[in-house]
Order: sequence, then C-alpha cells, then structure tokens
Amino acid sequence: METHAHTATHDMDHQAGHTHHHEHPKLSFIEKYVFSMDHKTISKQFLFTAMFMALVAAILSTLFRLQLGWPGHSFPVLHYFLGDRWAKGGVLDPNMYLGLVTIHGTIMVFFLLTGGLSGTFANLLIPLQVGARDMASPMLNMLSYWFFFIASLIMFISLYLETGPASAGWTIYPPLSALPQAIPGSGAGMTLWLVSISLFVVSSLLGGLNYIVTVLNLRTKGMKMTRLPLTIWALLITAVLGVLSFPVLFGAAILLIFDRSFGTSFYLSDIYIGGQALSQTGGSPILFEHLFWFLGHPEVYIVIMPAFGIISEIMSVNARKPIFGYRAMIGSMLAIAFLAFIVWGHHMFVSGMNPFLGSVFVFTTLLIAIPSAIKAFNYITTLWKGNIHFNPQMLFVIGAVSTFISGGLTGIILADSALDVAVHGTYFVVAHFHIVMGLSAVLAMFGGVYHWFPKMFGRFMNKKLGYWHFWLTFVCAYGVFLPMHFIGLAGVPRRYFNNDLYPAFDKLQHLNVIISVFAIVGVLSQVIFFVNFFYSMFKGPKSEQNPWNSNTLEWTTPIVPEHGNWPGELPVVHRWAYDYSKPGKDVDFIPQTVPMEEGEMDEGEHV
Amino acid sequence: MIKLLAYLVLIFALILVFQLIRIYQLSAELKGNHVGKANDKDNRSQGRVMIIFVLAFFASLIWLLFDAKGKMLPPAASDVGVTSDNVFMFNWVIIFIVFFATTFLLFYFPFRYKKQKDSKAFFYPHNDKLELIWTVVPSIALAVIVIYGLSLWSKMTGPPDPKAMVVQVYAKQFDFTARYAGADNVLGKSDYKLIDDGANNIMGMDSTDPNSWDDIIVRGELHIPVNTPILFKCNARDVMHGVFFPHFRDQINCVPGITTEIHFIPTITTDSMRMIQHDTAFDYILLCNRVCGSGHYNMSMKVVVDSPDEFKKWMAKQHPLFSHLYDMHHKQAVTTAMK
Ligand code: HEM
Ligand SMILES: [Cu+2]
Ligand SMILES: [Cu+2]
Repeated sequence: METHAHTATHDMDHQAGHTHHHEHPKLSFIEKYVFSMDHKTISKQFLFTAMFMALVAAILSTLFRLQLGWPGHSFPVLHYFLGDRWAKGGVLDPNMYLGLVTIHGTIMVFFLLTGGLSGTFANLLIPLQVGARDMASPMLNMLSYWFFFIASLIMFISLYLETGPASAGWTIYPPLSALPQAIPGSGAGMTLWLVSISLFVVSSLLGGLNYIVTVLNLRTKGMKMTRLPLTIWALLITAVLGVLSFPVLFGAAILLIFDRSFGTSFYLSDIYIGGQALSQTGGSPILFEHLFWFLGHPEVYIVIMPAFGIISEIMSVNARKPIFGYRAMIGSMLAIAFLAFIVWGHHMFVSGMNPFLGSVFVFTTLLIAIPSAIKAFNYITTLWKGNIHFNPQMLFVIGAVSTFISGGLTGIILADSALDVAVHGTYFVVAHFHIVMGLSAVLAMFGGVYHWFPKMFGRFMNKKLGYWHFWLTFVCAYGVFLPMHFIGLAGVPRRYFNNDLYPAFDKLQHLNVIISVFAIVGVLSQVIFFVNFFYSMFKGPKSEQNPWNSNTLEWTTPIVPEHGNWPGELPVVHRWAYDYSKPGKDVDFIPQTVPMEEGEMDEGEHV
Repeated sequence: MIKLLAYLVLIFALILVFQLIRIYQLSAELKGNHVGKANDKDNRSQGRVMIIFVLAFFASLIWLLFDAKGKMLPPAASDVGVTSDNVFMFNWVIIFIVFFATTFLLFYFPFRYKKQKDSKAFFYPHNDKLELIWTVVPSIALAVIVIYGLSLWSKMTGPPDPKAMVVQVYAKQFDFTARYAGADNVLGKSDYKLIDDGANNIMGMDSTDPNSWDDIIVRGELHIPVNTPILFKCNARDVMHGVFFPHFRDQINCVPGITTEIHFIPTITTDSMRMIQHDTAFDYILLCNRVCGSGHYNMSMKVVVDSPDEFKKWMAKQHPLFSHLYDMHHKQAVTTAMK
C-alpha cells in the first residue's frame, strides 16, 4: 500500500512537473476562471455558489420568521419578495410558508453544508495538505462543480414557479410529495426538486470519488496516513460516507419519480384524494422513510465531519498545542462513520415501524454518542494550558464546539424512543438539529474561511470585523435556538403556519417574537461578513508565507500558488502535523517538512 | 423612482463602509498593528468577552427556565406519560450537569490560557488513561439511560390490555374522525373504495361486514373514559398525518394503506385537569404532527377525558352509521327467536 502510493505519487509528480515547468501553456480566461480544472479555483467556485445559495436560504428564513413572530401581520417586505401571488397585502400564504421552509432546509442541508462545505474545503485542502499537484482527476472535479452549479440553479429557479416550489418539507415524504392534488408544490416544484437533487447526487459522487482517490494515492513522500492532518482524515471519511449513502437517496428519488409520473406504487397505497380513489395499492410510504434516512443520517455526519476536521486544525494552530488524542480523534471519526449507517431508524420511532426494531436503533444511537463525547472532551483538553491566539477563526471553532455540545446533549433525549414520541416533530427537534448540525457546521465553515482566506486570496480578512461578525452571529444563533427548545417542550409542532388552533400556545408567543428578532438581526449581521470578505479579497493586507505559523503543507507553497501548487519538487514530509510548542525547541511550531532530529519521537506514531 | 433612490443610497453606503475600513486599515498599519492577526490586546479583550458570554449564556438559560413555568405542558395525563415525565427528568439532570461543566470549561480555558507576552503552551499530545476514563464513564451513563428508556418503551409498545377499548382515529386533509367499535369492540372492515362523504361514510366502512353495524362515527370531539385502557388504531385517507397527544406523551403516524397503533390509559379527566391547572377553559387536544398540506396547521381534534358515567351518557347519544342494518338484523334475530 505504502510503496504503491509512492510510485503513483512519483508518476504524478513527473507528469505534472513536465507539463508545468517546461511548456506552461497559456490558459484562456474561460479555462482559468470558468471551466477551470485547478482545484483551488474549483474550491472558490463552490464557495461563491454556496455563499449565494446560503444568502437565499437565509432570506427565506427571515420571511417565514416574520410570519411566526407576528402571525397574520402585513409586511411590505413579504410583498416585495413574494408578490400578490404568495403574499397578498403583505400577508404570507400558507402554501408558500411550507414552500419557504422546504427550500430553506434543502438549500442549507444540501447546498451549503454538503456541497458548499465539502466542495470548498476538500478541493482546497486535500491536494495542498497531502502534497499533490491537483486532484486525481481534475476533469471529474470540474464536472462535479458544474453539476452542483446546475443543481443549484434549478433549485433556485423552482422558487419562481407558478405553482410554487416543493413544499413537502426537506424530507419530502410521500404521498404528500407524490400527489399534486395534495399540495400545489408537489407539481412542477417537486419535479424540479427531484431533478436538482439527482444532479446534486451526481456532483457529490464525482467529487467524493475524487477526494478518496486523491487522499489514498497522491500523498507526497513521507505523508503516511498517520501523519495526515485531521482535516484530511475528516474529508476522506466524509467522502466515503457520501459515496456509500447518496446512491440510496438517488434510488429513493427515482422510485418517487416513477410513482409521480408512471403510475407505479412503490410508496402509494389505498389513497382517496380529490374525491377519487387512486388505483395504486401495495406500496409503503415507510419504505421511503427507510431509504431517505439511510442517506439522511449519514448525511448529518457528512455535514459535521468536515467541521470536525476544520475545528481540529484551527484549534490546534491557535492554541499552539497538538490536538489532544490524535489517534482517538481518528478512531472516533471512524467509529462515528461506521455507526452512522446503523442508526437511521431513530428518525422513524413514530413511523409505525416495528417497535423492537426501534429498540435496536435506540441502542445504536446511544452508542454513537460515545465517540461524539470523546471528541468534545478532546477539544476541551486541547484548549487546556494552551497559548491561545484569539484570531477570528479561533472564536468560530470554539463556538462550534459549544454548539456541538449543546445540541448533542438534547440528542440523548431524542434517541430515547420512549421520550422521542413526546417531542418528535415539535420545535424541540428543530432546535436540536439546528444547533448540533446547522450551527456547528456553519461556525466551523466560517472559521475555515477566515483561516484559509490568506491561502485562497493572498490577503487577510479584517479581524475587528471578524470579531463583530462572530459575536453577533453566535449570540443570535443561541438567541434563536435556545428558546425554541421550550416551544417544543410545550408541544408545538413544527411546520405550522401559525399556532392559533390551541389557546395554550398563545403563552409562548413572546418567545416566538424573541426568536424572530434574533433571527433577523443574525441574518443582517452577515452583511459584516460579506463586506469583510469582498473588501479583503481586493484590498485586505497582503498575506505572508505562513501567516498563522502552521505546520501543514499548504503554507509551503508560494503565497498564491499557481496551477501545480509547488513550483519545484513536491515537499517531503517527515513528521505529523501537530508539533506545536514541542519542548526543547525555540519556535513553537515545526512544519511537517522539517526532518526529525536524532532521537526525536513522532507523536503521530505513538501506540 | 423611490426604488432607484434606495438602490443608490445602498451603493453609496457600501462605498462609504469600504472607505472606512480602508482608513481603519491604514491607520492601524501606521501604528504598526496587524489588521488580520490577533495581538495581545485582542487576546485580552476577547478572553474577557468569552467569560462574559458564558455567564450571560447561563443566565439566559436560567431565565428561560423560570419563564417557562406554567407555559409548558401540564403533568402527564396517562399511565405511560407519568413514567415518561420521570425518565425525562432523569435525563435532564444528567444533561444539565454535563452541559454546565463542559460549556464552562470550554469558555474558561481560552480566557485562562490566552496568549500573553512570553506565555507558552504545554505540549500534551495524549493521555491514554484520561481518554479511557471519558470513554467508559459516558458509556456507563448511556447504558443506564438506555435501560431506563427501553423499559418504558416496551411498556408503551407492548401488547395492549386485551380488554382495551378500540377506537379508530381516521385522518384526512384536514381533520380527524373517530370511530368507536361499539358493543362488540371490533371495528368492521373498511375499504377506501367505499368512501362516500355524502353518505357520511368517511372511512369507507363496509356494510356487508356485521362487525361494522354497531360502529359509531364521531367528528369534532374525541371522548375517552378515564382509567380505561384505550387502543387507538390509526389510518389515513390521502397523505401521511400524525396523531400527536401531547398531554398523554404519545404519538404515531397515520399512513395510507397501513394501520398503526398506540395505546395508553388516560389517568386524569378533563375536569380534574381543569382544577389542577386552575384553568376552566383547559382542554386536551389531538394534533396533526406530520406535514400534510396547506391546512396542516389547522388539523386537530378536541379530546375529552370523561368519568366512566359521563362517557356512558355521551356514548348513548351517538348513533351507529349503519344503525338501520343493525336494527334490521336485530329484528330478524328477535323474530326468528320468537318463531
Ligand atoms: C449525540 C449525538 C446525537 C444524537 C443522540 C442524535 C439523535 C437524534 C434523533 C433521535 C433525532 C430524531 C428526532 C426526531 O425526529 O424526533 C435527531 C434528529 C436530527 N438530528 Fe440528531 N443526534 C445526534 C447528533 C446529531 C448530529 C451530530 C447531527 C448533525 C450533524 C444531527 C442532526 C440531526 C438532524 C438534521 C435531525 C432532524 C431531521 C429532521 O427530522 O428533519 N444530530 N437526532
Ligand atoms: Cu439521525
Ligand atoms: Cu394532517
């Protein structure tokens, strides 16, 4: 395995070096910036697309938060965005409410936190941190982005349909998603949703296979698996999860397309709707739930793993300390990845599935909490006796660990089937998954942008704006989701357009107002980020060779690397990535390219 | 015109902001400060904000806990619900201890170990013993949680009392209908192709099945007698719906083509709960908890827990849909017997 990897690396080195240094073909604008095959450009394309989509999804969320905070009120801004069709007189339409919620969730989960997060950081970091000139297949990599782009475009366009976008929730459970008679969004909106997500799966598979092959085969000399930075381990495991689970979503979507368009009955049975008895019998909506969550649960780890990687790297660099328990971190990620495939049923305790099966899922779900706990403890210990530099990215990753803890703990309640049946489908679940997945991953992603901005654009972002951005975002995030637990515990179901039907819910309206205010302020604070981002891209202070004094290989390239990353030979690796503040050295970091001194121990190797 | 003006103002504001950042950056550079990298002053101030944040965070959580008093669900009103509340409390105690301890350390350490002049980090890559401890201790805690939880789960989902009263909950866009099994306590057959809203045959009851003749369809209010095991059989007509009884701490989905079941024993009548809650307007409710279309948020049914006597009285006022068949059959039976 090792030797094999090395020959492959050398071949690649030779090839790339050849085309690169002797001929250096001039690339046209289109080849360089649009249909680029350079992993760094593709990474930026993913980032920009995801930022745009996230902005859309964030605006959608403020629109429906207006309705939930002040139900039935007229807001000119609703009318501005939605027009007479969906917000007559500035009051939101109940169908559009469901449409907004659905597209918000879909974009955030798939387009920002799957495509955007992995797409940006796997593309940027895998070649740079393993010491490769590019991805194993730059061509497939480019296709991966363009499939993502088209999928994003289709999802965005679906917002403008006459009958509205898909409205069955991001989990698109049939029969609701299969029958346009049941809800207008299940017409053309659902068709576009399915097409978009199918293309998204293609993008994700092309990207994922590429990431896996690159990490396994293109590591530079000396980069053993046990010397890989945790970012790369995380991105590798994420890609494996994606490759194994996304095809199942694809299958689920295909069967749904058949039920919708060709009269099959995979998910449909004994339905009477619109005054008419449908002919389909024998199908089961529960089958769809199994297929969906067989992807869906691994998916939440596809979202959180890259965040783990980014958190580990940034925390270690800014604490000037090795990540605590490197081996345990890898071990727990592998354990989570394995268990992620056998817990999906915890989303289905109320589906009508066999209760004994439910018990099995309770057991496996609480097993997965153990490696998750280990990670949290290891992060806290990494901070202990560190020498902490409060760069903005450090604040973001500390925040991400905090949300991971807060959200993970409520997962214990949901994992307990007997308790889940009391809160399933309420705002308690919404609070849980936003905190544990949404916030942790978004905060880590922001951290990653601040940290690697100098590598992407050769300039620094402004730290003061970074601080403001962090604290406003973080406070608003908890301001939104902490009170939401209480609304859920009071029994309020999610996906309700308003809570008028039960008088006891009125007592919670002040919480809904608080949530909406925090949500709107939180979204507005992102303006600080956007201003900082675009200003710094062009006018920020110039970066240095190794701005954060990191050990990893990406900082051994030129400040703004050209195609091929290293102008000369590829770097050779001699040690793990976490030799920070090693005793007996005068500097507090030792890059991976520095040879071992006589008698020095490689900490990555310990048993 | 006004729109154009607004856009212009926006553009100017952006330019202004960019210029301000530029001025800030230049002046910082003149003073020899780096605009991108934290210095000791930043470390001090951000470290302080960490502590302020964590205190404010805990304070707001405590405020929320106080604020929630009287606004959450009342005490559980079913046999399984009472245990459920206990298991909840047990979990909450563990969760709160872990939450406060870890969250405090997470924000305290950065403050305590911020970089200052000449400060150094402690090289501490691993400690197998420590890691073993925090693998084993959570495992034990989780094992206890699982055992406690699953014992309740098996009671909830185990076989119902054989004498449990059978009630069908039938969901469609956007309301619930109840069907009581009548004297024989057996629901007659039904078929979605027999649905006839005009004839009030909402769930497609099959009149050729004698079991259906005494079945009673009720809309609007779901009555159940207190301290009696109830077995709910749930069905859906069009899309999935959810049967959610927040006060009884139980729920299940209604799935077209499939019958799902839950069972529990209601333990507090509506009247008693009104007294406990000091709220004469209090009512139990059944909510739809699976998104089912534009009217989802309006889909519910009032639930009334009666004393056994009240329930009998209420039941006596209801009529089976196929009462004519029932009567006919009865008359025949009587005449044959007389002959
Ligand atoms: C200690 C670890 C965790 C446990 C025990 C846990 C448990 C659960 C359970 C049982 C549910 C289903 C609740 C319901 O629908 O009634 C759930 C929902 C969810 N969890 Fe977690 N979880 C954990 C961590 C995570 C993580 C790390 C993520 C994401 C990175 C995550 C994301 C989600 C999402 C997205 C949902 C809701 C899906 C939906 O219904 O829309 N959870 N969690
Ligand atoms: Cu899950
Ligand atoms: Cu419903």
